[in-house]
Amino acid sequence: MEQLLQHLTNSEVIIYLIIAVIPLLWLVPYALFAVWLERKVSAHMQDRLGPMRVGGWHGWAQTIADILKLLQKEDIVPRAADKKLFTLAPFIVFIGSYAAFAAIPFSSAYIGSNINIGLFYVIAVSSLVVIGLLMAGWASNNKWSLFGAMRSAAQIVSYEIPTALALLAVVMIAGTLDLQEINRQQSGWFWNWFVFQKFPFVFVAFLIYFVASLAEVNRTPFDIPEAESELVAGYHTEYSGMKFAMFFLAEYANMFAVSAIASTLFLGGWNSPFGTFLSGPIWGVFWFISKGMFFIFVHMWLRWTLPRLRVDQLMYVSWKVLTPWAFACIVGVGLWVLLG
Amino acid sequence: MKQYFKDIFTSVWTVLIGMKVTFKHLFVPAVTIQYPDVKLKLPERARNRLYVNIDDCIGCDQCSMACPVDCITIETSKSLPTDDLGITSTGHKKRLWVTRFDIDIAKCCYCGLCVPPCPTECIVMTDVYEFSEFDRHNLIYNYSSMMPAQVAEVKEKYSQLEKEQAAKKAAQAAKPVAPVPAGAAPAEAVTKQVTQSQESYPDPSGPPQKGSTTS
Repeated sequence: MEQLLQHLTNSEVIIYLIIAVIPLLWLVPYALFAVWLERKVSAHMQDRLGPMRVGGWHGWAQTIADILKLLQKEDIVPRAADKKLFTLAPFIVFIGSYAAFAAIPFSSAYIGSNINIGLFYVIAVSSLVVIGLLMAGWASNNKWSLFGAMRSAAQIVSYEIPTALALLAVVMIAGTLDLQEINRQQSGWFWNWFVFQKFPFVFVAFLIYFVASLAEVNRTPFDIPEAESELVAGYHTEYSGMKFAMFFLAEYANMFAVSAIASTLFLGGWNSPFGTFLSGPIWGVFWFISKGMFFIFVHMWLRWTLPRLRVDQLMYVSWKVLTPWAFACIVGVGLWVLLG
Repeated sequence: MKQYFKDIFTSVWTVLIGMKVTFKHLFVPAVTIQYPDVKLKLPERARNRLYVNIDDCIGCDQCSMACPVDCITIETSKSLPTDDLGITSTGHKKRLWVTRFDIDIAKCCYCGLCVPPCPTECIVMTDVYEFSEFDRHNLIYNYSSMMPAQVAEVKEKYSQLEKEQAAKKAAQAAKPVAPVPAGAAPAEAVTKQVTQSQESYPDPSGPPQKGSTTS
């Protein structure tokens, strides 16, 4: 990808800008599509139809109309809010989730930054989101927002531990933190994917990662930071217009980021499931995005299946279930790698 | 410890069951309909917008009295003994000009209590339910078929008759020995009117027109 761009232009700045913007070009249409999909999936799971009118076919243009409405809305900053932090918060949240895309390998030919500690970087930088959420909750000067932000911080900090531990199991098999290298090690048929290796340890690690990542992106059943029925809308109660849209975009970007990590580490990333059939850099993008979208569908599926957890249940799941089991997986995989 | 493993197993298992249920529902046809394009068939006795067949109205005011929210306003004017207002389709003789028959459908609660009292069955509830308006005043339906000029004419005629009767009464009262008490005189006049009005007499204003009911 970089070599191709070097043929076109000599300026390194332009090359890096292009490479940096590509994930955004994917994210915005993806977020519009995912919001529409979420509404359709929720509707059909409840035997409804969902949006049907805007744009003709099954209301496909509904989210485009929504975003146009959000763009036109008045940008309200509450009088009692801390204006600087209030304005900054949505951007920090979005930066946190977008920065993770720098190290996500979309294809064998495209990765924003091919660093050898890619996985470590992604885990570290996505924690920046918590600061943004806390900032938004604090700056809103609203009790519900602050409640939501505190819960969000507690939740994300707790769930980062099982997430990282579950990923460590894979790192031990791969022996690297380089995401492109991890992908390359899983090439070939789908039984080479890490999720089917060292059964059942990695499979359990995969489930732990999935559950914990669900909590990290504040999705139901772990959506207590936004709990509509208790906290109005949690940390983004006071936000309107484009700032609210930024939160929304960040939420969906985060969903894709964790799904992308799950598909890279466990389901072979851009590898085709059928060996060399339909493989290559272009098809790689297709497989990668399909796997990511599959996880996003499962996110939605779970959202419309399960009710919200209580705060104490949430902490119980994290500290008493996921973390010990993730340790068990690490020990299992570690022994297997060491002895086998 | 046993309970701990059991809890984990139950939660994973029940989540899977829940996911199965929701996945099945993903393919169940929607129970909702696309309303303006598709409409459900209303039950036969559905109560929706009121309709008044003003040709059959005798101005008895019973529907207005039955209305719990007072959304029906009826004003009538007595007819002259010489006027013939025709008969209703149920055979009732019309004796009053219905100068005003307004229904404020915005107030209507669709209870249907106005329908049974009507002696001529001229007020009914139809199956029309789409009649929203941008201006609330358009929801006041004027069912009376009489034009303002007509109403004025009719009222004028009746007040003239009253004046004549008052003059007659005054003349009678002027006689020292009145055979009947003063109060009975108008009653006598009314009975006279009734007998007289049975004679056919061409109506100058013509029969009340249909229409002008809805906005």
